[in-house]
Amino acid sequence: MSEVFLKIENLTKNFGQFTALRDISLEVFQGEFVCFLGPSGCGKTTLLRAIAGLDIQTQGSIAQAGADISVLPPAERDFGIVFQSYALFPNLSVEKNVAYGLESRRAQRDEISQRVAELLALVDLADQAKKYPAQLSGGQQQRVALARALATSPGLLLLDEPLSALDAKVRAHLRMEIKDLQRRLAVTTIMVTHDQEEALTMADRIVVMNHGVIEQIGTPQEIYASPASQFVADFIGTMNFLSARIASSGKCLLEATEIAVDTSGLEAGQQVQLAVRPEDIHLEAKESASAEEQNQTPGTIESMEYLGAFVRATVKLHQSGARVQADLSAGDIDQWAMAPQAAVAVTLPADKIRLYPLDA
Amino acid sequence: MAGMRHRSGTHGSPLRRKSSTDDRAMRLFILVIAIYLVIALAFPLYVMFSKSLENSQGAFVGFQNYLEYFNTPALVYSIQNSLFIGVVTTTITVTIAFILAYALTRSRMPGKPVFKTIAMIPILVPSLLPGIALIYLFGRQGLINELLFGYEIYGPIGIVIAEVFFTLPHALIIIITALSIADARLYEAATALRANRARIFFTVTLPGVRYGLISAAFVVFTLSVTDFGAPKVIGGDFNVLATDIYKQVIGQQNFEMGAVVSMVLLLPAGLAFVVDRIVQKKQVALLSARAVPLEPLPNKRFDNLMLTYSIIISIFILGILGVCQFAALVKFFPYNLSLGFSNYQFDLMDGGGWDSYFNSIEMASYTAVFGTIVVFAGAYLVEKGQGLGPIRGAFQFLAMLPMAIPGLVLGLAYIFFFNAPSNPLNFLYHTMAILVISTIIHFYTVSHLTATTALKQMDSQFESVAASLKQPFYRTFLRVTVPVCTPAILDISIYLFVNAMTTVSAVVFLYSPHTTLASVAVLNMDDAGDIAPAAAMGMMIFYTAAGVKILHYLLSRGIEARTQAWRVAVAK
Repeated sequence: MSEVFLKIENLTKNFGQFTALRDISLEVFQGEFVCFLGPSGCGKTTLLRAIAGLDIQTQGSIAQAGADISVLPPAERDFGIVFQSYALFPNLSVEKNVAYGLESRRAQRDEISQRVAELLALVDLADQAKKYPAQLSGGQQQRVALARALATSPGLLLLDEPLSALDAKVRAHLRMEIKDLQRRLAVTTIMVTHDQEEALTMADRIVVMNHGVIEQIGTPQEIYASPASQFVADFIGTMNFLSARIASSGKCLLEATEIAVDTSGLEAGQQVQLAVRPEDIHLEAKESASAEEQNQTPGTIESMEYLGAFVRATVKLHQSGARVQADLSAGDIDQWAMAPQAAVAVTLPADKIRLYPLDA
Repeated sequence: MAGMRHRSGTHGSPLRRKSSTDDRAMRLFILVIAIYLVIALAFPLYVMFSKSLENSQGAFVGFQNYLEYFNTPALVYSIQNSLFIGVVTTTITVTIAFILAYALTRSRMPGKPVFKTIAMIPILVPSLLPGIALIYLFGRQGLINELLFGYEIYGPIGIVIAEVFFTLPHALIIIITALSIADARLYEAATALRANRARIFFTVTLPGVRYGLISAAFVVFTLSVTDFGAPKVIGGDFNVLATDIYKQVIGQQNFEMGAVVSMVLLLPAGLAFVVDRIVQKKQVALLSARAVPLEPLPNKRFDNLMLTYSIIISIFILGILGVCQFAALVKFFPYNLSLGFSNYQFDLMDGGGWDSYFNSIEMASYTAVFGTIVVFAGAYLVEKGQGLGPIRGAFQFLAMLPMAIPGLVLGLAYIFFFNAPSNPLNFLYHTMAILVISTIIHFYTVSHLTATTALKQMDSQFESVAASLKQPFYRTFLRVTVPVCTPAILDISIYLFVNAMTTVSAVVFLYSPHTTLASVAVLNMDDAGDIAPAAAMGMMIFYTAAGVKILHYLLSRGIEARTQAWRVAVAK
């Protein structure tokens, strides 16, 4: 990666007795697209507002492009921002909105209109220049807000839940568009979202937050495939959790079934949560399952939920009575004649299992 | 990385944001307006309070004046009278206003806008005017005084009728608002559960508007207890607190006792104000619910009943006005009923003549222009400013305070404060400026609330965006905030203008021979027995206020049409 552009160190934010952010340290690299992801109340927006200078942190420092900006007011920082509400000036036309940050910078009139035209072309709204914000669709308004934020060529682009007010289809489309624009302009970008799909599709790196602390920082693949904590495992995607106990190095016990798994860092006898995603679980009809294969335990299909591209089966495990969800393709169903009440063999692949120690 | 939950090791004082140029400029401006509120409101009130603890030589005597007050039966009796007028007026006005508001929102009768407009007329006249009309109708030589069956109009009956006329629009506005936020889904649910009309009325309608009714009751109570115009004109020997203040100060030059009565009058007004604020807060919670607006169904019998009722109320209001206009044009009532303009020769009467009319227009214009600037800028700075938390809190308190201060009390406090020879601001006394300053303060609260409401409806992120684009705050204020809030700004200016035209109470202590006002002229001509010219001047005030109101309506329509492109779509 290129050099560090934004460096946050030991940042804490208190609102009275409540600690919204606790000792956050984070580096964002030049040209990177970073998402702050987490449930509402996790502190992601508070962190963004601290970076913008809108709500100053209680403790800690922020440096941007090598300069300490910890206590600077917003106007003395270098960023553009897009809010969930867009905050477009309702009484100004689209072009006036985009030109708003350019006008007092002693720029020539034709220089400004040239820049505005360029930006509107960039967000594909060249033909809407004379309209007022309220005459545009939500997606179009969002793009105007983006053009306005980018007009002054800021070093940092901040996006606060920019897509959550839009309907699903527009959202998916804009996701691609914003990501594409960001890549072309190579502007360092931080986006706050509670939507994991948004974060997984757009971000170079994701910062997963919960209760004011960072749970994990990583690429979308790392976050999805190797969640660092039970919270992240639970929050991203769908995950089955089963109670298990470490038997010995490389083995844990799921009731009577021995499961081969990487147990590094865990001690024999320790209680753990065994986590495995529905798409990683294999189901076979009981009759055809070869005797006692590795990591296999018997169960019964309780119900099947049709989800279009695949079917999600809920399976009750015989030994523990616990339920797991497993995904079946149309082909699986045909091959094994899967149906509710069918007896199945449930296989948990060793390389897809992750273990989390039970919280003390 | 999951192990990052360790406690922060850093301690020390929390970081504070470095002030920007904007922050400093906004703090300076808010300080300027706050100083205005302190000098024009807090100081005079304080001085008045301390005067009530002094004797006429200026020596501190503790609560001796209060003792004397409560040992003078004639004075204490006024408290009872004031409360009586307040309670009776409140009961009658709220009842009348509720039925009229119900007719206007829940029936399908024709002519609703006309009836609503007529019901708003009393706002445009001084409270002295209904009293004058009642003299012509029910006075000793009144047109229909036999309808009183020998009772005397001078006294509580006259005062109450005049106060009902004067307070009706205030109650009506509040109750209409309360009735309009009804949720149609509640009515559908009640109907589906087979509740009859009466049951729905008592279980859905009334509970839905209870805060509105309470709020209206307190507003009417405060207005009728603190009003000075009606009891002055038609009160006869029936003394109330407001007229006592006037008599102590103007009649007996007993300023200290005037201050004591003022302090007494502050109590009911202040109490009503506090209760109203609490109720208002609850009402806001109701408003935020997502309601489906109620569309009344046609019901011929009910609609006709409501129509008849609305016509009767309209006749009452237009009748009062009509009688005044008739009185103004009649040459010599009741002996020579031929019409003419002799009563308009104000220059031949006491009260300042035509000059006072033009003074009033001048004063109202200044109040509208400067008042709107001060109020709107003040509300903006309180809403959007950074830092100075305690000062902004104090500002908010001072902005709400005038609502609880009766005009007469404010006027008297101004005498004490500005007329003191030691006050460097003494030069303001007896000028047009002091009339404008006091009138802005007198009507500050409602204007401030209008501005605050409009500002709160704007996206709170505008300022953040502008700061990120490195734009100074005044640019966003002038290019975005003011244009978006133009309807509210026009509302504030018209409110200030109309009230400045009609008010008597604060300015009656503050005018000078060079700055006589039309409303005060009505009072003084009536006092001198020139009732017909008083009616004529009162109607001049009405026509002026109505004209300006119509102008405002046309102007708003024009602006709306021009900015329709963005405004109409926003309303979606």
